[in-house]
Amino acid sequence: MRLGIILIGVTVTVLLTIASFLTAGWVAPPIDVSQSGYRGTGMAQFMNPDELHSLVRANEIPEAPYPLDAVDMAGPRASEVYENVQVLGDISVDQFDRLMIAMTEWVSPEEGCNYCHAVESLASDDIYTKVVSRRMIEMVRHINTGWSDHVAETGVTCYTCHRGNPVPEEIWFTEGEPNGARGMAGNKAGQNSPAESVGLTSLPYDPLTALLRDKENIRVASTEALPADNRRSIKQTELTYGLMVHMSEALGVNCTHCHNSRSFYDWAQSPPQRATAWHGIQMSRKLNVDYLEPLQGEFPPHRLGELGDVAKVNCATCHQGANKPLNGQSMVQDFPSLIGPTITTGQLKNTYYQHRAALGGTPTLKSPETPGE
Amino acid sequence: MALLSFERKYRIRGGTLIGGDLFDFWFGPFYVGFFGVTTIFFATLGTALIIWGAAIGPTWNVWQINIAPPDLSYGLAFAPLREGGLWQLITICAIGAFGSWALREVEICRKLGIGYHVPFAFSVAIFAYVTLVVFRPLLLGAWGHGFPYGIFSHLDWVSNVGYQYLHFHYNPAHMLAVTFFFTTTLALALHGSLILSSTNPQKGQTVRSPEHEDTFFRDVIGYSIGTLGIHRLGLFLALSAGFWSAVCILISGPFWTKGWPEWWTWWLDLPIWP
Repeated sequence: MRLGIILIGVTVTVLLTIASFLTAGWVAPPIDVSQSGYRGTGMAQFMNPDELHSLVRANEIPEAPYPLDAVDMAGPRASEVYENVQVLGDISVDQFDRLMIAMTEWVSPEEGCNYCHAVESLASDDIYTKVVSRRMIEMVRHINTGWSDHVAETGVTCYTCHRGNPVPEEIWFTEGEPNGARGMAGNKAGQNSPAESVGLTSLPYDPLTALLRDKENIRVASTEALPADNRRSIKQTELTYGLMVHMSEALGVNCTHCHNSRSFYDWAQSPPQRATAWHGIQMSRKLNVDYLEPLQGEFPPHRLGELGDVAKVNCATCHQGANKPLNGQSMVQDFPSLIGPTITTGQLKNTYYQHRAALGGTPTLKSPETPGE
Repeated sequence: MALLSFERKYRIRGGTLIGGDLFDFWFGPFYVGFFGVTTIFFATLGTALIIWGAAIGPTWNVWQINIAPPDLSYGLAFAPLREGGLWQLITICAIGAFGSWALREVEICRKLGIGYHVPFAFSVAIFAYVTLVVFRPLLLGAWGHGFPYGIFSHLDWVSNVGYQYLHFHYNPAHMLAVTFFFTTTLALALHGSLILSSTNPQKGQTVRSPEHEDTFFRDVIGYSIGTLGIHRLGLFLALSAGFWSAVCILISGPFWTKGWPEWWTWWLDLPIWP
């Protein structure tokens, strides 16, 4: 009898242990490891060679349609030949056409030109995707000229996010409270509803609205021992942790890519990647507020989220599992028109207002936030 | 000397594994044996190397002294002394000292004709240490994956290695290990208090027997595991804690590279959720 109980216990334990290794996601040595801190600090990135190969395959970049030579750059300007060219009017027609071919391949390879352009008139703004893509071109130029602290010389193109999809795969909407208890037991502060956005943890499922659109304070750690005046709560800390998990998942890295966890707040002890990431956070907020949310009135309802908000960007939108989007391969060098002139935010807004005014619509712009936050 | 004279009659010759009669003697209360000598050799050399490492390091602050393993770029090769080689030698000394100590316990067990339970239990602790500084580094291909020898520095290592998997509390083996650690303290607290309660009876009462101890728990929870059983349980809980600690770090890296929260996908995928 007693032996029987012991045998059952041992059997159940062994079976459960075996079963736990039959779940998805296990790998086996060898593991590729890259050290990112002083020896013995445990700061390193781990990746199985198979994962590395699939990451490389997933980030192959398309060839440019054809090389851009000086002849292409000369000739009449796009605005002189085509009607209603509001953003790329200053480049040559050849360069303009080449970019349009590339954009079709990047964004709507199956749908073709008519995904954005009306069949009867290429100049028409009747299809909402044309208005949106115009604004997106402005956004790409803004990123490439104004955010070199984040995108460096590598820059971005439409392909960085779109990857052949009319709507980028990695976008996010503000989500409503998931099903759960109501009343006093119902206020979960967004926790315990495992979401992909926070790596399936029990952390708040939507750290993005507060931290990548709104400018709530991400920093919660005290900067001194025995702090007396730090009023930031566990709830805020979990929100920050949620954002950090999102960033890790989006970049395919762990926390030590940017932090020495012995002191998360301390810049002096952090790898330089943390500064790049900081600029990325500011950039995401800027793009969401200045470029994406103002487009709300343009999108048909089925492109909006359940709360009626526009699709927004987060770290995964460009990174898609790589710590440098497209593994650091630069495409923008082949498309200098996407680097474009340095445009200040104010000018961009004017462009936007002007073209909205030309269309006779009412812009739904939010009031601009102070830059440099 | 009273205690030593009392013990003398248990000082039995023989039972050695190595060295025959050569080291089969006592030094004061301590049995020496071949493995006593090797324990002293490795412990002294290792400690001296740590002190030397501190001497060539930036600080004598005991909290901050740090003997770090080599850079990962050295792989499984030897590193220069000042660049992690010292850590490698100290690791050899530590394993030598711990292993010698366990084997010395084996020799004493043989002398006394008792089971090997104590050296076996100690071996589980050694296994956990060797897992950290040998097995896992071997599987990952570099000694640099071992933890650094230093009071603060090893804590910093633990923290960063935890954050390599985003949230280490989701590691299922870590959950088991933590649960066993806490349950061990629960079992020891219940057992210790029970024994003290029967040996410190109410005023005017005599010392109580194991029957009283068993009866206490039968009255409270309907079951008593018994006088011998509680020790089996305690040893099982304690060794399980160490064993699953070793497992939880061994699987982190060699067999799992993502965040641990993702392991629980199977739970979220169960067809029981609305």
